[in-house]
Amino acid sequence: MTRSDPAPATPVTPGLLTRLLRAREAGLVGLLLLVTLGTAAINPLFLGAGSVRDLFLNVAIIALLVVGETIVLLMKHVDLSISSVVGLSAFLTGSLFATHPDLPIPLALLFGLALGTVLGAVNGLLVAYGRVPALVATLGTLYVFRGVTYAVVHGGQINASNLPAAFLGFGTGSVLGIPNLVLLVVVIMLGFGAYLGSWRGGREYYALGSNAEAAVLAGISVTRRTMTGFVLSGAIAGLAGVLYLARFGTVDATAGTGLELQVIAAAVVGGVSINGGVGTLFGAGIGALLLGVMGSALVTLRAPGFYQQAIQGALLLGAISVDMLVARRTAKHLQAAPDHPGRTK
Amino acid sequence: MKALRNLPGWETTLVVLVVVALLGGGVLSKDFLTGQNLSFLTANFSEILLMALTMTLLVIVAEIDLSVASILGLCSAVLGVLFAAGVPMPLAILAAFVVGGLAGLLNGLLVTRLGLPSLAVTIGTLALYRGLAYVLLGDRAIADFPQAYTNFGFGTVPGTLIPIPIALGTVLAVVTAVVLHATPFGRSLYAIGANEVAARFSGLRVERTKLLLFVMSGLMSALAGIVYTFRFASARGDNATGFELGVIAAVLLGGVSIFGGRGSVVGAVLAVFLIGLINGALTIVDVSNEILTIVTGLLLIGSVLVPNLVARVQAARQRRRLRGNTVSP
Repeated sequence: MTRSDPAPATPVTPGLLTRLLRAREAGLVGLLLLVTLGTAAINPLFLGAGSVRDLFLNVAIIALLVVGETIVLLMKHVDLSISSVVGLSAFLTGSLFATHPDLPIPLALLFGLALGTVLGAVNGLLVAYGRVPALVATLGTLYVFRGVTYAVVHGGQINASNLPAAFLGFGTGSVLGIPNLVLLVVVIMLGFGAYLGSWRGGREYYALGSNAEAAVLAGISVTRRTMTGFVLSGAIAGLAGVLYLARFGTVDATAGTGLELQVIAAAVVGGVSINGGVGTLFGAGIGALLLGVMGSALVTLRAPGFYQQAIQGALLLGAISVDMLVARRTAKHLQAAPDHPGRTK
Repeated sequence: MKALRNLPGWETTLVVLVVVALLGGGVLSKDFLTGQNLSFLTANFSEILLMALTMTLLVIVAEIDLSVASILGLCSAVLGVLFAAGVPMPLAILAAFVVGGLAGLLNGLLVTRLGLPSLAVTIGTLALYRGLAYVLLGDRAIADFPQAYTNFGFGTVPGTLIPIPIALGTVLAVVTAVVLHATPFGRSLYAIGANEVAARFSGLRVERTKLLLFVMSGLMSALAGIVYTFRFASARGDNATGFELGVIAAVLLGGVSIFGGRGSVVGAVLAVFLIGLINGALTIVDVSNEILTIVTGLLLIGSVLVPNLVARVQAARQRRRLRGNTVSP
């Protein structure tokens, strides 16, 4: 991710860099344009109608999952189990269609939501009431839910031929040239963006992640809010599972494996702090888009698929490092006299 | 945090559970308690045992390393690629250790220099190191290692049925236990985990200690990678994917507190054996792998949830007792 500018007139000062970093979204959009135009310059097919459509469809599912993960990250927790929720939801929805081919699509979406709600509630109970650290709880349920999927699937597979044409049509169809799935995800993101930005409940997630003790003193019910956050994350992942099925049509027991890493990476790259209390859905959405564009840029530029995971890991590390450095610099500006115990520089 | 763990005897409980698992396996199948079977069974958790030792030290200082299984895979790939390129085996093994140490160093530097949470860092390096293993090997597998080395992987200590990697793990476990429980360095780990600020004020070198532990974790994962490669006579990029869960489950079930400052090597080692035996016993009754996944996940959650619930019940009882006291003067 190095760029060689044609010799800038003045060297970039740290101050400017910091300002740019603080306007995280602006920087992300700039980077997004850079990667897009750079790849398109090398291979014009990158901006072809078909490839752009595929890109947006791929990003849609990650972007949807990012909504739930952001809510949890804001509270200074983490939800690692989303990929297993997606897998279980996708497979069970597929099985449902296999036995009831005439199931209306809204009902299928509701089924995914309900299933995700139940699984999210399990996480919520463990974290909010059982006081199990979110990392341990959701790492555990990541495996438990995946194990349940394996047990249910029993080596089987859902193929497009098991699914009703109407449902597959919903997955591949579009309105005014915009794919259905993308539209649905954008609507959900806008709704949650408003919820997190200006509703009392939404602001409470920020309060919890910034300072849990202060949140308690402010009269916020921490356990209830934590529970709600995990339930939302689960419900969104359940819905994403139905969309995953609609998009790919073929689902086996491993469906969705490893998604949690991409989703957390997208959120953190998009400026959602892993230390809680900081971040916007807009940023997280741009982060998901950026990772998606980079992924398909790699494919377009004929980079072997084996590089994908390494690059994703490096991006995540880069994002959290930048995040921390910016946070520290901001803290330094805010504190006239830092009186922390610790290393004296 | 008065919990089940504080009571002396969590290790004793684990010993009882291990015996129960052994007897249970024996009831399920008369072949379970044969030396041959137990030898075969324990060999299967060689790598988990090795990695659980350094993970214990890390969790005691309230850090975590989720990238251990990826370092294992990366070192396995390094070993395989170099061997296939005609590098002499001792040099290839040395290179695997160097790579493991460097991987641990990167984790440690990101955590100590940048002050990043180790969970976030090692989720990132979990992907990065696994990705590098794939970059090195793709989906190829390197096999045909010299017999002298593969014997080290699936041989037993001469004259006994103890698998060589398990013997190695036991020796290292004793060393780790002595370091943790009988040296100033070991005591300092508890101090750091219990209260980092206080440890810093008492002059302990918190950053340097943590950096050292991450490097040790990387080296141990490299050793686990070498053992795994020779045990299966195969170097692959996806070797031991998902093993980090087993390691963390064992450490937490062994009574090492996820919040730091509490735990013992003996507990972690017993828990490795317990989980391994339960898995072995379940395999005998033909329980499929998916159930094993569920059981491991539940053990992981339960090992933190149960002590928490016990602590809450105890606290509630204490409060009631106090209230009762105020009523009757």
